[in-house]
Parts: sequence; C-alpha cells; structure tokens
Amino acid sequence: MTTASIPAASGRRRQPTKLRRAVRRNVTAYGFLCGALICFAFFSWYPMVREVILSFQRTNFVDPPRWVGLENFRTVINDPAFGPAWVNTAVFTLLALLCGYGIPFVTAIVLNELRHARAYLRFVVYLPVMLPPAVSVLLFQWFYNPDYGLFNQALGLVHLPGLQWLNSTSTALISLVIVSTWMNMGSGTLIYLAALQTIPSELYEAAELDGAGLFKRIWHVTIPQTKLILLVMLLLQIVATMQVFIEPYLLTGGGPENATVSVVYLMYQYAFNFGNLNAGNALGLMLMIVLMVFSAIYLRVSRDNTV
Amino acid sequence: MPDTTTDVTVMPDSPTGTPAAPARNERRGRRRPRKPFGTQFRTAVSPHQLNTTRGRIIYWIVLAIVVVSFTAAFVFPLYWMVTGAMKSTEELNSIPPTFLPSHFSLDGYLEAWDLLDLGTLLGNTALYAGGAWLLTLAVDVSAAYALSKLRPALGKVVLALMLSTLMIPPMVIMLPAYLTVKEVPIFGWNLLNTPWAIWLPAAANGFNVFLLKRFFDSIPRELLEAAEIDGASPGRILWSVVIPISRPILGVVSILTVVNVWRDFVWPLLVLPDSDKMSVSIGIASLSSQMPQNVLVASLVIASIPTIVVFFLFQRHIMAGLTAGSLKG
Repeated sequence: MTTASIPAASGRRRQPTKLRRAVRRNVTAYGFLCGALICFAFFSWYPMVREVILSFQRTNFVDPPRWVGLENFRTVINDPAFGPAWVNTAVFTLLALLCGYGIPFVTAIVLNELRHARAYLRFVVYLPVMLPPAVSVLLFQWFYNPDYGLFNQALGLVHLPGLQWLNSTSTALISLVIVSTWMNMGSGTLIYLAALQTIPSELYEAAELDGAGLFKRIWHVTIPQTKLILLVMLLLQIVATMQVFIEPYLLTGGGPENATVSVVYLMYQYAFNFGNLNAGNALGLMLMIVLMVFSAIYLRVSRDNTV
Repeated sequence: MPDTTTDVTVMPDSPTGTPAAPARNERRGRRRPRKPFGTQFRTAVSPHQLNTTRGRIIYWIVLAIVVVSFTAAFVFPLYWMVTGAMKSTEELNSIPPTFLPSHFSLDGYLEAWDLLDLGTLLGNTALYAGGAWLLTLAVDVSAAYALSKLRPALGKVVLALMLSTLMIPPMVIMLPAYLTVKEVPIFGWNLLNTPWAIWLPAAANGFNVFLLKRFFDSIPRELLEAAEIDGASPGRILWSVVIPISRPILGVVSILTVVNVWRDFVWPLLVLPDSDKMSVSIGIASLSSQMPQNVLVASLVIASIPTIVVFFLFQRHIMAGLTAGSLKG
C-alpha cells in the first residue's frame, strides 16, 4: 500500500506515522465494513450457529431453553412422514435433474444450431423465468384441475381420458416436477447456450476432418468443452431442488397421503403447524449436512477452474 | 492454380468450400433462390451438410418443430392465462374449451384488482424491492470496497466468512433467521411485518460482495492512488472514482437484488404474515383458494407484469447476471 520511497534518513520518524496510518486505514476500512458485518452477523452467521444449537435444545420462548440431547432428532425420525419426505425429496431431485438438467442442455445444443428465430426462441424459453414462481405454480394448479384444467381439456380433445394429476399418489410428484422444470429451465438453457458459443469452431472442423459424425462431434467436442459448466450446474441444481418447498406448499400441501411431502415442507410444518420449532431445526440440520457436501464439491470445482 | 471465383462458375452446385462473399456475387441471377447458411460461426452441424438440399430440408423441419413446440410450451400457457382472465366461470368450465373469450372485457382484471387489493400488494412489493436494492448497494458496495482496496487487518477472514454463507442453503437457516427477525438479539426489536425484515437479510448477500470485490480488484491501483494524491478521502474515492467505473457490475447486482426480492416466496411468507403487509406473491397465494378461477388468473397476470417489464428494461444486465451467477467461485 505504502509506496513512498523517502530517503533512509527519515526512517526513524516514519515509524509512528506508519503505525498511525495503518490504524487509520483499518478504522476507515471497518467503518465501511460495519454495515455488512452487522447484516451478516444477525442474519447469516448467528442463524447458522443457532441452527445447530436449537437442534439440541427445547425452547418455548418463555422458560430458559433446556438441553435435550438427541430428543429432537428422535422426534423427527419417528414421524411417519420422515421417510416419505426424504424419499420424495430424493425422487423429486432425481426427476427434476432428468428433466431440468437434460432438457435445457439438449435445447441449448439445438438452439445453437439454428440460424433463424434465435432471439425469439431465446426470449420464449426465458419467459417463465420472468414470472414470479408463485404465479407459475398457481397457473399450473389451474392447468392441473381435473375438471376444467388445460391439460385434461387438451387430453379430451384427442379423446384420451383425463388424469387426476395432483390428486393421485401416482402422478402428484411428477406433476410437481413438470411445473418446476417449466419455470426453471430458461436460465439453464441460456447459460448452456452462452457456454456453447465459446467453443472454438476449429475443434469441430478438426473433428469433422477426422471423420467424426454429428453425434460423435457432440460427444467428443461439445460435451468435453462444456464439462465444467455442466458439472457446476449439476451441483447447483441438486442443492436448489433438494430445497423444494413452494411446489408442495402451494399445490398439494404434502398430500395425497404424504406423496409429495418434502424435507423443507416438513420442516416448515414442524415449526409453524406442529409448534415444535426445535424438531424443525433438527430436520434442517440433517438437510444442511447433506447439502453442504454438494456445496463443498461445488465450491471446490468452481474455485479450481475459474480465473 | 484455380481461382475460387472461376471454380464456382464451373461447378455452381457444389457448395463445398466456397467462401460466402464471392459465391454470392457469382450466383446472382441463378436458379438457387436462397443464399447459403453463413459459415461465420461454426457449430456441431457441418455447414457443408447444412447447405445440401437434404440438409436444408432437415434444417427447416427442425426449425419448424422447435418454433412450434416452444410456442406451445411457453407462450400458449401465458396466452391461456391472459385470455382465461377474460372468461366467465361458466366459460372456463365449458367443454370443449373456447380458444378466444366469447367477449372481450377487462372486468376480471378490475375485479381482481379490487378483491385482492392488488394496489397495496404491489406497492408493498415495490417498497421491499426498492429498499432492499438501496440498502444492498450501500452495504455491499462499501464492504467490497473496504475488502478490495482498503485491505484491513483480518480482511481475508471477513471475506472468507462472508463467502462461507454461500455454502449454507438459505432454506435451512430459515427458522433461526426467522427467530432473529422476531426478536433481534441484543436490541430485542421485533421486525416482523416491517420492511426491515426483508431489507436487512437481503443485504447480507455473500454473492454480491464476491461479485463486487472481484470487479473492484480489477480496477487499476494507479487510478485510486492518483485520487489519493489529490487529497481525496476513501469515501470520496469510492463515490467519484470507483462507483462511476463500476456501472456494469452495479447493474448486475441491482437487478439480481430486485428480482430476488420480487420473486422470493418463503421468506416473506414467514416474516410478513399481516395481510396488509404481504408481498404480491404471498397475497395472491394466501387468497387463491377463496377466489373464483377467473379472478385468480387475472391477479396472476397483473402480478407478472412488473417482472416482465423489468426484464425488458434490463435484459442485458439480467443476461450478464445469469452468466456471472453460473461461474461464481
């Protein structure tokens, strides 16, 4: 920071001013930092610590909190919805990855080949992302209506029997996956499209000269060239979809018969419907540990590979 | 040594290897009506194959399928939403469905505006988004500036702590954060149903600090030193030197903040339970089961207009934010 090259004779005098300058610089710096430090301390760092503490306590906000060891965890694990919640979250994540990860990438590859209507297609695929998620979800609630919803009306037009969609245990979860994919795939598509456009054309030309067909070129050029972004997006998407809440909250309330209850939804219910905040915290802590594994991999990957 | 132009005139039907510009001049007036697909950006599909008759047919078929299916998948639902709000309940229930509303009227929209008190809800949301935007810029810009240019003792530790919040999924710390808002430690304030419950947590955004710091790091030191020699204080340097040249990244951070607050659902659901303090998403969702279908749909249309307008205005920044978001780290 200090670059002044004053003759060595004044070396002795500089000692206190240098210190004072350092102190002043630090005071100014922390002055600039204090707003952020307060916000982070109250709304990020303290809640992180408190999440762990509350999981092992029993609090009712009247009496002082009591340490109860693993009791909260036992409560949650013995809940009949506990198993379904994790299974549903895992299945939802898997299906949402199959649709929400595969479809955008294929879409991006196709869009990248087209020479016409590019701006239109890019805009259209991003349209649902512009809507607030609650709007998309409520819109699909209407479409899923077995009596007058768009989907059953469309099936009726081609003389197919309508489905129960959200009301049946067999179709409820996949219905949630469809909404989730519809409203989220735009950003993934555009991110992949941006990545595809950075692939140097020489690579394709070279592959073609070597006699590689279209699918071989995609396999040996496109995918290796976008490997990093594919990996990063995969991890981001796992972390995002495992926190699924708004779809079950608005569409099914976890039903029918716990077919769509997710971990975060169960956590919400513990805190706000069952009046057992600590059990909700215990559940949250379990989810946090699972998700942090993915987050850690993500941070590792992106740190190692970006400039 | 055959020159390319004569080559074209000799074999006009062979598209292979002909540079686009001279070829076009030579082809003028010939039978082939279309100009060849450009070779300026080369992708997985070979431009040579694309320019054969078979390649063209396949290309146009694929294009047609993509355009039709995208329109059906992404535009039609929105068309259905906008027109659905104009239909009466009986018309919505009719089978087969009507593709155009039987009569054009905006009554559904007016009814939705009144019944759901959308004016208040939109006003609330604008207040939350606007305040979060100002506070986030003020807090995160000055923090990133301090970490990047003033480099205090323990600055690296502070930065690491801020970035560590990126690893914590927001849903997981939602309950303890809710308790903090309900009773702020030390101060004992209850922030529930106040805008601060949205604004303060929005400012604690590690990703914004990261984006800003990375940008500030790229500002040449000489520029700031010149201002320092002229006697400018750190605050003055931030305001008159750093901020003016950081417009692009400030745009990205602004748009990310506003869009996030506008789209957010869970957090406002927890901290703004009063019906006259709700954001528009929560307000509509909480009343959705009591509304006639056409009124509900009309309210959905109205709630999406602001975000779509914002998107049109700031398209470039949003795209920049999207790619910045994908490569964070």
